[in-house]
Amino acid sequence: MSIIYFLIGCSVLLALVFLGAFFWAQRNGQHDDLYTPSVRILLDDEPEETRPKK
Amino acid sequence: MKQAEIDKQTTCYHCGNDCADECIELDKKVFCCNGCREVYSILFQSGLCSYYSYNKHPGVNQAKASKRLDYLKEPSIVRDLIDYSDEKFTTVTFYIPDIHCSSCIWLLEHLNKINPAIYNSRVDFLRKQINIRYDTQLITLHEVVSLLDRIGYEPLISLHDVVKKQAFNKTDNLVKKIAVAGFCFGNVMLLSFPEYLGISAYEQSFRQFFGWLNLAFCLPVLLYSGTGYFKSAWVNLKNKVLNIDFPLALGIAVLFVRTAVEILTHTGAGFADTLCGLTFFLLVGKFVQRKTYYHLSFERDYRSFFPVAVQVIDGENERPVPLSEIQVGQRILIRNNEIIPADAILLKGDARVDFSFVTGESVPVNKVLGEVVYAGGRQTGEAIELEVVKPVSQSYLTRLWNNEAFSRSQENRMQTFSERVIKYFIIALLFIAFGSFFIWVPFNLSRAISAFTAVLIIACPCALALSTPFTMSAALSIFDKNFFYLKNTAVVEQLAHIDTIVLDKTGTITINGETAITAHITATDADRQMIYSVCANSTHPLSQLICHYLSNHTKLTTNSYYEVPGRGITAEVDGHFIKVGSTKFVDMIRAETSSAKKTEVHISIDEKYIGYFTIQQRYRDGVASVQSLSSAYKLYLLSGDRGHERESLSSVFSMDDMFFERTPQEKLDFIKQLQQNGHKVMMIGDGLNDAGALKQSDLGIAITDNVNNFSPGSDAILDGRSLKKLPTFLKFSKDALRVVYISFCISLTYNVVGLSYAVSGKLSPLIAAILMPLSTFTIISFTSLATHLAAKKRKLL
Repeated sequence: MSIIYFLIGCSVLLALVFLGAFFWAQRNGQHDDLYTPSVRILLDDEPEETRPKK
Repeated sequence: MKQAEIDKQTTCYHCGNDCADECIELDKKVFCCNGCREVYSILFQSGLCSYYSYNKHPGVNQAKASKRLDYLKEPSIVRDLIDYSDEKFTTVTFYIPDIHCSSCIWLLEHLNKINPAIYNSRVDFLRKQINIRYDTQLITLHEVVSLLDRIGYEPLISLHDVVKKQAFNKTDNLVKKIAVAGFCFGNVMLLSFPEYLGISAYEQSFRQFFGWLNLAFCLPVLLYSGTGYFKSAWVNLKNKVLNIDFPLALGIAVLFVRTAVEILTHTGAGFADTLCGLTFFLLVGKFVQRKTYYHLSFERDYRSFFPVAVQVIDGENERPVPLSEIQVGQRILIRNNEIIPADAILLKGDARVDFSFVTGESVPVNKVLGEVVYAGGRQTGEAIELEVVKPVSQSYLTRLWNNEAFSRSQENRMQTFSERVIKYFIIALLFIAFGSFFIWVPFNLSRAISAFTAVLIIACPCALALSTPFTMSAALSIFDKNFFYLKNTAVVEQLAHIDTIVLDKTGTITINGETAITAHITATDADRQMIYSVCANSTHPLSQLICHYLSNHTKLTTNSYYEVPGRGITAEVDGHFIKVGSTKFVDMIRAETSSAKKTEVHISIDEKYIGYFTIQQRYRDGVASVQSLSSAYKLYLLSGDRGHERESLSSVFSMDDMFFERTPQEKLDFIKQLQQNGHKVMMIGDGLNDAGALKQSDLGIAITDNVNNFSPGSDAILDGRSLKKLPTFLKFSKDALRVVYISFCISLTYNVVGLSYAVSGKLSPLIAAILMPLSTFTIISFTSLATHLAAKKRKLL
């Protein structure tokens, strides 16, 4: 059953990684504006702009 | 199909306004004005016409006159406005009230297609802000703003924004604290399960390992997430105040000490999960309480109403000067629709100043040369020149802000229910804790200590601390759906305690800029046409109202037109001599008998008196419902206007409770007087002249027709459309308070049940771990359900 020590260590480490990721996102300003990105993703890119690239 | 065609023809492609009168056509599209067409052609040239495909008529009407932006060339102003600048690029953030749909976001984020010198732009929709990064070498701030202005998104730049930016940057990491507490709570719960479910005898080493881990997880909760409670409790104790943070801090501390002792001495499992859970839920409660309206500002003062800069005449040249640098003796130039920023003497021009926002007078005032014009008025008509006689901060209007009501801290306004109750709660708690300790001491010291600590743990008023925030924030969101925006959750409770309501007149119960005009004339259609023709020449607001009233006529040519400022007009039409103006101007004999209670415009044709027009402010729909409040509340009317509407308002207010011609300072003093007589006063106003009264009152509500427009500093902002719901709002606030009372009883019941275990000294961690989340869950679900039911009953949902 000593494997428990290892497994709990892993789970705590993983949880810490997620906590760290949350902190990073917070510091990065990703939670400052929670509304506009939901609209922005629905706006299309200009078709004229993508054609010449081909 | 036919209907659709007609619709296409008469509504503006850009803003969707009706353009039946005059249509401007371009590319087979119809525009209501040149402004709208201009925006379209800019977008068309830059290939940004997708703007029109996301929403129908996404634009905002561009008919209004363009503003002067020269002041943005002044380096000292530019420095205050921008966020960051170096040789390569500059970033700046603007507040743009016109942002309202996805097309706006799309267009504003494609600014670099119009001008490649703008690297990128990012819109924050809820805050109605845009962050722009542009090339410092290629484009100036002035050009950026005029570009925004040209495409119909004029940023609102006020003196207050400049000042606000410096006081910004204040966060207390609440979200991070919640994240840490939640993280520890989750892990500790997982690690506590084996303890609760039972560990077999030969796996006892796990018990110690889990205990140590739990203790380790408690440390960040205690030292990081929970610090706010210790600090607040300490500060309050030093000021000899008992508030809810004291028992909370005590509970957290006792929980930690007992957990640490039990784990270190191998005597038990401790209360690690209760500690983490408690902190987590408390912080969530705090988060819920803190509702912010990004697009609203409750702290505005005259600075956000006044312009950033004013045009100063310096010998031959004109130059924009920041308002803070305006000195006595300087000559300033004020154009149509601009605000006079400081008390000044009129030197040149025809001043017709609209003081409705400052004094509450509904009709613009004419000023003669050499007269003092008070700050805050808006010039209508031609440009005028003035000489400043007082600095901006010492003006008639702005002096109001030096009153003590503005420096007073917000906290001592009204004590909330939980603040009043918690004192007794703490006394009872300490009494029971020490009581159970001393009862057990003679028998068993360790049991006495465990009973003492158990009482402090179980009675920790977690559910109590959550009941008010959750109820009030639910109430807040219900008010919010009805266009009533409260500054914070405490305001709901203040609303329930009000017993006196004071209302302003102009703009509060009347609608600004909307007037009802009635004709008392005996005139043929030809006469009316002549009156229309005369009035059409004048820019005076009353003449324009009459023109609007008679707008189905066509204009005839007028001869020998002559306007006497402040009195009237004479002109000749078709050989008839027409006089339009005040009683004295038109007919001397009648003037002596008439009582000028209303705003009247008299007419005579060929020296024969034919009648008059009365112009009255139009009242809001809600006035009738305000009247229904008079049974439960004492109502007062406090207006800066003259008393000519006293009679028409007597159906709403009793004659003795209407006060006219009050200065801003007198309004403030009136509220103070009421408060000294023990009344809880709610003030409802809209203009700068109410700012002092709003601040002094126990609850100040600013009423506005457009929440993005300027409204004076207040506790709540009410959309003019919802004035009629005011009685319902007041009743609902009482319902919300009742929900708090009931949830308070529920959480007390939980405490009593828990205490019965605690005083016996046999509190098992399992019971604490169940009781705490259970009570929290009950309170949260009860408060939100009950509040929503109450709102349904009041038809607010």
